[in-house]
Amino acid sequence: MSLTGQPPKNVSAGQKWATLLGLAGLFILLLAVFNIKLPGKGWWLALSLGLIFGATYWYSKMAYANKEKGIKNDGVWFKSISSRGFWAWVAGIAFTGFYIILYFFPEYLGLVQGGQSKGLISLFDPLSKMLSGNAASQWFVYGTLYTVAILAFGVKFIWKYRHNRYEVIRTFSVMFFQTAFAFIIPEIMARLNGNLPYYDLKNIWPLNYYNFERYRINAFIDAGDIGLAMLIFGVLSIFVITPILTYKYGKRWYCSWVCGCGGLAETAGDPFRHLSDKSLSAWKVERWVVHSVVVFVTLMTTAVIYSYLGNDTSKYWLTKGTFLGGVTALITLVFLWAMIFKRKQLKQDAQYGAIGYFVVIIALISMHYFSGDGNIFLFKSESLRKSYGFLIGSVFSGVIGTGFYPIFGNRVWCRFGCPMAAIMGFQQRLFSRFRITTNGGQCISCGNCSTYCEMGIDVRAYAQKGENIVRSSCVGCGICSAVCPRGVLKLENGPLQGRIKPNDVLLGNDVNLMELVNESQ
Amino acid sequence: MENIIIIGNGISGITAARHIRKLSDKRIIVISAETDHFFSRTALMYVYMGHMQFDHIKPYEDWFWEKNSIELMRAFVTKVNPEAKEITLDTIRTLKYDKLIIATGSKPNKFGWPGQDLHGVQGLYSKQDLDLLEVNAPNRDICQRAVIVGGGLIGIELAEMLRSRDIPVTFLVREDSFWDGVLPNGESAMINEHILEHHIDLKLKTNLVEIIDDGHGKVKAVTTDQGQTIPCDMVGLTPGVSPNIDFLKDSGIELGRGVKVNRFLETNKPDVYAIGDCAEQHEPIGNRRPIEAVWYTGRMMGETLAQTICNNRTEYRPGHWFNSAKFLDIEYQTYGWVFSTKGMQEYETQFHWRHPNEKICITVSYHKESGKFLGINTFGIRMRHEVFDRWLSEGAHVHDVMTHLADANFDPEFYAHYEADITAAFNRHAGVQLKVHKASMKSIFQHQS
Repeated sequence: MSLTGQPPKNVSAGQKWATLLGLAGLFILLLAVFNIKLPGKGWWLALSLGLIFGATYWYSKMAYANKEKGIKNDGVWFKSISSRGFWAWVAGIAFTGFYIILYFFPEYLGLVQGGQSKGLISLFDPLSKMLSGNAASQWFVYGTLYTVAILAFGVKFIWKYRHNRYEVIRTFSVMFFQTAFAFIIPEIMARLNGNLPYYDLKNIWPLNYYNFERYRINAFIDAGDIGLAMLIFGVLSIFVITPILTYKYGKRWYCSWVCGCGGLAETAGDPFRHLSDKSLSAWKVERWVVHSVVVFVTLMTTAVIYSYLGNDTSKYWLTKGTFLGGVTALITLVFLWAMIFKRKQLKQDAQYGAIGYFVVIIALISMHYFSGDGNIFLFKSESLRKSYGFLIGSVFSGVIGTGFYPIFGNRVWCRFGCPMAAIMGFQQRLFSRFRITTNGGQCISCGNCSTYCEMGIDVRAYAQKGENIVRSSCVGCGICSAVCPRGVLKLENGPLQGRIKPNDVLLGNDVNLMELVNESQ
Repeated sequence: MENIIIIGNGISGITAARHIRKLSDKRIIVISAETDHFFSRTALMYVYMGHMQFDHIKPYEDWFWEKNSIELMRAFVTKVNPEAKEITLDTIRTLKYDKLIIATGSKPNKFGWPGQDLHGVQGLYSKQDLDLLEVNAPNRDICQRAVIVGGGLIGIELAEMLRSRDIPVTFLVREDSFWDGVLPNGESAMINEHILEHHIDLKLKTNLVEIIDDGHGKVKAVTTDQGQTIPCDMVGLTPGVSPNIDFLKDSGIELGRGVKVNRFLETNKPDVYAIGDCAEQHEPIGNRRPIEAVWYTGRMMGETLAQTICNNRTEYRPGHWFNSAKFLDIEYQTYGWVFSTKGMQEYETQFHWRHPNEKICITVSYHKESGKFLGINTFGIRMRHEVFDRWLSEGAHVHDVMTHLADANFDPEFYAHYEADITAAFNRHAGVQLKVHKASMKSIFQHQS
């Protein structure tokens, strides 16, 4: 027998008005798409974005402001939009359609190759000119809507979790980093120095897979000291800053506090977090897919950089040979470190996977001696770059990752696809102070933590054993801890020693205390 | 190969099965009349509230049982014959066992109220009760008011569930204040306030007299001993639970309120054991009740008995008492013993602190003369089980506990801390000058290194 529950309450009259206003805001954008002439574009754009933001704000206020503070998950699995019902599919198809148009058919948004944009894109011209002085592109339109979504749904999220300061502060953080670093600063930098490539400083390689491509490197170098500083920052952020912060705080410092993808997932994607697949088989798929993406992006970037480096040491110290040697050495070091010092913490299949990936990378790199210029790794670097950009950069992270929020959950990209998350996850699992502590024997196996884990971690499986949760995929959003009805879970940074240890004493029968004392000595 | 039969697939039966499997390759059969698979009973409420679907409250995926060769049977055990070492299923089939574990849990109490078996009257314990609730109270059109009788943990959960669908709820509580047989008065009063905040019509000191028939065998209203008649479409009876052992009446197994067991969880019949809610200790353990219908003790008993079954006869010694619950939005944890104001022990002194605005409070109990820390109740502040367990084991002085309270805090990061206020209030209460120590990573994690 299936339970046919009902939502706690129909949407209030005020919320219907708010929905209508929000749709009116979207309708203005739609008018622009169809090239309806709107006199005073700037005002129409302001009205549209204002309506979208204001309506979301008003809707959330009516949903949460007059209720007692606490967990607000009543009816989540009864509502069509949040339980893969009719409206979820409508929204999923609409989002997906938007991404397909954005990535592959931007002319429908008004993009004119080599000419002045029309339609939706031109509606955003006034704002773009105000910030950077340039006309809008489809990416500016996307960036603006993205930022509005994070801000509006961020406010909603803060209202929903206003009893939880971790969630409130974290959400302010993602709202800030999106608005300042992804949206405003790059535009202003473009105004100040037109030669600089667009650079969202928090968007780190390999998430920002194109950061070291030839045209960007040239632009960085041409822009003088500031450009060089940005290039050096780009290298440091993945090889120095990221490991230090991940060691101290876990990968959450990035994934749920700074990252733009994470920012959208945590705000606009929050109503869909429970849709992630928690089965063991999903975990197995996840581990192979996400680590394959890391291998793919490493090979692709190596090939791309390799293709534009020279052979002559007298011209520039970094040559094809030294570069490949450096990459090989780095990968070998990481591999040996994991295999020698952390072997016990890797499961059998993880060890096989690591060995397999290592052999493949080293084999491909060593092949460069046998293949012609620009033709490293059997494939042309250009075709590697193009297929990565298409498959991973556009289809995976955009169309599937965000478009299908209402069907697969809000972190599909972060969990199955993001190479940055995988690299930090590898470190989080093996070398970080971060863990989710399980509070002794207090778990009642209710399943709220697992259900609301957006990364599909079966949190309960650990908590009910009294074991701390140390998982590479955990982004530290803190929702498991928030929804736990018995105060069992706490995200914290502590000593590395005994980070995972299960708490047999508190879980089960009293053991002989003297034995325990002797054991711990 | 030995044949182990476990009656009941709740937390105690399943914990026993899992641990027997860890320790041996004996044949294990788990029989349940309720569901095919183990689920978390404490989480049933979240299914009705739409937080989770039924599949989510099953802690193991369905393939788990076959993979670990734990055989599951859906049947009702109607008879146990310890002499022949066999059980009867659904009155017809019989099954032999070498060892039998009774883990049949509880059933809701009914105290012989007139009308208690009408349609629309139900308890809340089993999966079937949950399904029935979807019939009796699917929404506020069909159920325009519900009356809940009995002010315990299940009663307040049922009230929260019904309120999640906006169904008006009247909550009849016999006592002067909610759960004041367990909670000290200050805490109980705070929960009363919180119940009213959630627009639940709380009627204290009120007893159910009669449930009135609408002429078609369905509930129409209830009457109370305060002279009120309350029209309603559904009545939730939640005045506690008692062991579910009717099928054992003629088995020769010694019964009290529950199945009588010794410290090794053995009954009077050889190779028959009882664990969980349905087991009753001959002699209570410490301050514990002889029957403990608590998730955690069920789990501990299952784990202990698995040792005995696998040839390591082990006494049930359930460490320091702990428990937890959630009253609407307020989380509750307890470590050690804090008695209610009514039931306070003569050796006990209590210190109570409550936040001036928020629904947050704690009560600390300590020994009048020696100052030894006895226990803590905490509402709206999460505390670290491990740290309190250590303090209880060491027999820490209450002054040490109040000084190092920050070490026990388990609230999420960035939460406001109240240790300074609490200790200042304690200083006034006890006439001492304690200074609060900051949380120390070293002392928090000392047992892990």
